[in-house]
Amino acid sequence: MFHSIMQTISLWALPSILILILTMGLFKKVPLYETFTDGAKDGFKVAVNIIPYLVAIIVGISMFRASGIIEYVGRVFAPVLAHFNVPADTIPIMIVRSLSGSAALGVFSDIANNLGPDAYATKLSAVMVGSSETTFYVLAVYFGAVGITKLRYALAVGLLADFIGIVAAVSVCNLFF
Amino acid sequence: MNYIFYFLIVISIIFGAVNGKLSDVVNAILSGAELSVKVAFSLIGIMAFWLGMMKIAEKSGLITLIAKIIKPITKRIFSEIPEDSPAIGDIAMNFSANAFGLSNAATPMGLKAMEELQKHNKDKSSASNAMCMLLSMNTAGFQLIPATVLAVLIGIGYKNPTEIIAPTLLVTSVAFISAIILAKVFEKLWKPQSETNEEGENVS
Repeated sequence: MFHSIMQTISLWALPSILILILTMGLFKKVPLYETFTDGAKDGFKVAVNIIPYLVAIIVGISMFRASGIIEYVGRVFAPVLAHFNVPADTIPIMIVRSLSGSAALGVFSDIANNLGPDAYATKLSAVMVGSSETTFYVLAVYFGAVGITKLRYALAVGLLADFIGIVAAVSVCNLFF
Repeated sequence: MNYIFYFLIVISIIFGAVNGKLSDVVNAILSGAELSVKVAFSLIGIMAFWLGMMKIAEKSGLITLIAKIIKPITKRIFSEIPEDSPAIGDIAMNFSANAFGLSNAATPMGLKAMEELQKHNKDKSSASNAMCMLLSMNTAGFQLIPATVLAVLIGIGYKNPTEIIAPTLLVTSVAFISAIILAKVFEKLWKPQSETNEEGENVS
């Protein structure tokens, strides 16, 4: 029930925003076509502006993942996390989900396909992947677009919130499943 | 960030060498650099589309209208930004798009908000409190329905995939609210922006 309502809202969210923007523009006599193309010009500029920031972050993270350090850290923490009912398979997701969204989704797909729908690891990793956003990517894109290089406390807050999200996911899954 | 950048690259090389994966690490430079450009270029079209739409929304006064409606909430969270700034409306649209899982639309809206916030920023190379707050709201990734995860679960024949939604929503809400509270706490504890500016890099 909740799911189908949400699906309908999700489906209609984008079209309604478009109708709202264009209708309001028309009523206020905004020259729609000219204004649109004027704003759209920035699309290329913004995308090109973020390339240096993306290269810095994505190359760093690609090297980090290729070094095998994530698997190593996972093995080190596995015995400790086992006390909290965390399956060893899900540990790479905890580390990788702040670094790379596609990698987190990849690990989750592997777990889901290998361990099957009934495994606790599948459920826990589903919740962990579904509730997170790739902190480093968002940081590179959002600050890169306006040329911010001094992050101040932004990364600290992002990573702390990611950590709280992991703790919450483990606790909630222990309760629910 | 300087330390993180150093750490990511140097530790990866050392660990990769010890691990016998040095060639993988070196190859990752090329694949990572390629991927960055691919990601940036794949954004151009959708970015242009939504930036165009947002321009219309701005000119018609829609963004200001949205900003007025959500003023009671945003004036607490973004206390430094003038209440009638288009940034507030952009932030509201960015948040709603994220919540409904429209990340394609959310990113251009968020970037537009960042540009508006940059106009109020004293030091153009360092992140203002409002920028850190907007970033925290986005890195926490609040989303009502985890559509991609549900698709994978349905794909493996998960009997009741919707049972994942409630726990995920709970977790994402906890993370999102924590991010906002943390950003507010750090705002008080961290050195004000002008000092950070003179001393240069302070963030690890």
